[in-house]
Amino acid sequence: MRSEGRRGSGGYLAGARAVLPLALATGAMGISFGVLAYSLGWGVVAPIVFSVITFSGTAQFAVVSVLGGGGGAVAAIVAAVLLNARFLPMGVAVAPFFEGGPLRRALEGQAIVDASWAIASRGGGCFDREFMIGATVPQVILWIGGTVVGVLVGGVVGDVDRLGLDVIFPAFYLTLLMEELRGGGQTIAVVLLAAALALALVSFTLPGIPVIASCAAAFLGLRRRSS
Amino acid sequence: MTVLWITIVTVALASAAIRAVGPILLGEQELPSSANAIIALLVPAVLTALVVTETFGEDGRLVFDEKAIGVAVAAVALTLRAPVLIAVALAVVATALARAFG
Repeated sequence: MRSEGRRGSGGYLAGARAVLPLALATGAMGISFGVLAYSLGWGVVAPIVFSVITFSGTAQFAVVSVLGGGGGAVAAIVAAVLLNARFLPMGVAVAPFFEGGPLRRALEGQAIVDASWAIASRGGGCFDREFMIGATVPQVILWIGGTVVGVLVGGVVGDVDRLGLDVIFPAFYLTLLMEELRGGGQTIAVVLLAAALALALVSFTLPGIPVIASCAAAFLGLRRRSS
Repeated sequence: MTVLWITIVTVALASAAIRAVGPILLGEQELPSSANAIIALLVPAVLTALVVTETFGEDGRLVFDEKAIGVAVAAVALTLRAPVLIAVALAVVATALARAFG
């Protein structure tokens, strides 16, 4: 299993290159986040520190929206934790491919973000550790850089939403999903079930729960064995 | 201001912990084959949920807006075997146009 993760030093760079189209959107969303947080009176330092130590767009936007809407710290924290709960099963999936002792493994685990995790998948439950870490680096740089630009010169940049860059996230995930679908029958069943669960839950559960619930669709993998 | 900083630090610590739990607890041990069968399908399950929630989900509501048009355009392009970059670029153009003229 371990040998799968060792693909020579090209792995990091290849991962960074593969994620570049998405990292562009990450930068744009970073600007959006910076503008939004600054407009709520967070100042310059807090939004940047938040991006540096958390690096999770979904969770950070949730915090902005809860606090901005008059909610308290607990509500904001619960919203963010629910959204990031998906990193738990994702971390279990990549765990066998990390290296070293607990501290190093915990640090490597910080490289788990949606796009990196998904493009580092090599099928059959295998992940390319270097590819994933390499893919996370440009996203982190652009997310933090975007936040800085947003809080400092947000007013000049204007409304980045108009540019349509936010669609890059679902569109990029769709391209990865189409590749997965070549896996055939069982994958198609999982995708249909996950889509049904997410669509059914998205309008009456807290954000984050539909993604966690959809993970349950992967348990279809047990069916073939037990029958 | 204090509420903000408490929230920021707590969310950061919680996110770091969630990302670290699996890698620390599981170590390098091989997972049982039944767990592997589930994990192999976790990638399409998560990707599907992300596509659905990021296209149609907004603040806990189901919405159909310009983003859905962009994703639909990407889906058509991918079905016609367009390269990834082209499909994503078409999605951006379609969404931006829909927002400009919608």
